[in-house]
Amino acid sequence: MTEQTPVKSSPSFFNNPRNRSIIYQILLFVGLAYFFYGIVSNTMANLEARGIQSGYGFLSTTAGFDILMSLIDYDATHTYGKTFVVGLLNTLLVSAIGIVLSTLVGFIMGVAHFSHNLLIRKLATAYVETFRNIPLLLQVFFWYFAVLAALPSARQSLSIGEAIFLNVRGLYFPGLIGEPGSGLVYGAIAAAIAAIFFLKRWAKKRQDDTGQQFPVFLTSLGLLFGLPLLALIVAGFPFVWDFPALKGFNFRGGITVIPELMALTIALTVYTGAFIAEAVRAGIQAVPHGQTEAARSLGLKESKIMKLIIVPQAMRVIVPLLNSEYQSLVKNSTLATAIGYPDLFTVFVGTTLNQTGQAIEIVFMTMAVYFVINMTISFLMNRFNESVSLTER
Amino acid sequence: MKRLTSVIATGLALGMAFGVQAATLEDVQARGSVSCGVSTGLAGFSQKDENGQWSGLDVDVCRAVAAAVFGDASKVQYKPLTAKERFTALQSGEIDILSRNTTWTHTRDTSLGLNFAGVNYYDGQGFMVSKNLGVTSALELDGAAVCIQAGTTTELNLADYFRANGITYKAVTFDTSDQTRAGFDSGRCDVLTSDQSQLYALRIGLQDPSGAMVLPEVISKEPLGPVVRQGDDAWFNIVKWSLAAMVEAEFLGIDSANADKAKSEGKPEQKRLMGVDTDSGEKMGISNDWAYNIVKQVGNYGESFERNVGSGSPLNIARGLNAQWNKGGIMYSNPVR
Repeated sequence: MTEQTPVKSSPSFFNNPRNRSIIYQILLFVGLAYFFYGIVSNTMANLEARGIQSGYGFLSTTAGFDILMSLIDYDATHTYGKTFVVGLLNTLLVSAIGIVLSTLVGFIMGVAHFSHNLLIRKLATAYVETFRNIPLLLQVFFWYFAVLAALPSARQSLSIGEAIFLNVRGLYFPGLIGEPGSGLVYGAIAAAIAAIFFLKRWAKKRQDDTGQQFPVFLTSLGLLFGLPLLALIVAGFPFVWDFPALKGFNFRGGITVIPELMALTIALTVYTGAFIAEAVRAGIQAVPHGQTEAARSLGLKESKIMKLIIVPQAMRVIVPLLNSEYQSLVKNSTLATAIGYPDLFTVFVGTTLNQTGQAIEIVFMTMAVYFVINMTISFLMNRFNESVSLTER
Repeated sequence: MKRLTSVIATGLALGMAFGVQAATLEDVQARGSVSCGVSTGLAGFSQKDENGQWSGLDVDVCRAVAAAVFGDASKVQYKPLTAKERFTALQSGEIDILSRNTTWTHTRDTSLGLNFAGVNYYDGQGFMVSKNLGVTSALELDGAAVCIQAGTTTELNLADYFRANGITYKAVTFDTSDQTRAGFDSGRCDVLTSDQSQLYALRIGLQDPSGAMVLPEVISKEPLGPVVRQGDDAWFNIVKWSLAAMVEAEFLGIDSANADKAKSEGKPEQKRLMGVDTDSGEKMGISNDWAYNIVKQVGNYGESFERNVGSGSPLNIARGLNAQWNKGGIMYSNPVR
């Protein structure tokens, strides 16, 4: 049989890079699939062999233990599914507070680095160098065991006007309890926020069209306080103060901030703030000095230069760094377990896992939660990044 | 290509490693020591001295098993574990025995893949308060903040007790008993709740031990004992009977001082426990003088009790329920024969 050798313009099937890459990817996929199948079936077989129960049925059984702090209604008669939610909300709370406060601290300290005042400049440097270089766990312990545990007992509380109390059990301050009619006030607050949003857009459009500026900030402030105040008067002040008072062993009534939350929030804020300050410093330094000089030569005020020229350009550098700092903060919040703040990790991976023994299910659920939270942060920050990135025309 | 191959090869290797659970006894013998999970430090039960030597009632169970398997009570590797870590460590094979003041409950016995090998301390949950609170009963604790170790049966009993009596509390949880004590010391909570034995142990460590008192209420049954993985009956037998031998030795009047005498000229049942004319060890895959080694090196249950938590220790706990069954307690060993 004579072999035909046609003149081919393309290489043979196996030498075609496209075919090869597809084959390798299929092989890799099959290999990975088998790998995970092996892990899962191996685990299942071992669990079965050792008589360890598995499945998510435990989520609907009664938990039987109490949690120090919960944002929703919870007591020991509720289910393990509920402990998951309680822990999740506590994690979201400490993360959200931490992100807001650390951004605030980070921006102030980052800008302070460029202050003309030597003392402020040195303070900012000292802050960053100190807190960035001390392990977070130590800082958490420091605030909890060294600072907050040294506060006086409940009966010798530090107090301001017999309304706000600070002691070793936490910070107590009066809370507002809404009575019928309070819905109107909440509505007014929402309306004010919406009005401010539209006002800003209108003012920007007007400035673009006519060049005239509108005092947006002062008007917004007026709206934010004026509308709710009006609603309060119309509804006849439908709120009562709930003052904390020492009854029996502890303070009751009002709002309590437990020391575990305070310690964790302070530690996360101070630690992450130091990193954000560095990101802000890097961002500002990345803006060429010529920009500032050009702005000055136009006769802009220093505050306007910062707001209109420097910060918008610096944001391009800052935002991607902020993204990873926020994600680290959420992950670092699991250090709550060291001081017993009831976050998802403490409540679910700690106590619930120990009471039920469902290690695999619980660890998997928790991993999924942190994955979703961080993907969400990443998504939002990427959208934000697009909005501040260089628009090329 | 090389990388791809190695990824696939690893995948295959892992996929094929379907669990074959080797016998624990063989693993232990090959390793040359028993891996024993103990607490992170609890006076009288498992504590480490300044020389790094572990001692305590729970530690003695580890030592007894090492004496039975190797004829040498010192062949133990101690793994300090928190309450939250303990079961996972045992399930995953990191330790061979968990001897860490662990309460024998239905859930743990039936759903965690574990077996309880007996009871080495009958306990009950109690409350410790500061004397200047002026409280004399747990029922006066409405609204109190309670320090507690996370992931324990204590945490569940506490919730039951307060709910049953229609009173409220705030649970402040910590990972280790040391942290719990520090929380109580700093005033973070009004009450510390734990097993009674632990309360006495923790009180010694307070800044002002005389300023704290233990309330009379005992709100639960807490039978504490060593635990092994389910599914390895041979190993389960060794741990179960090592503990039983200590109790039986006390019942038969054999202690570390007279073990040799009991072996050579004791009564038939004494000689049999000491390994004379018996194949009790062979049946478990260890030497026949296993119980002799335990009693000689670790002592009988009574000796261990007095030395670690009883009159010979700072805890000075009375035998109470933990006395032999014929002395007013409920400590009872099945016959070693």
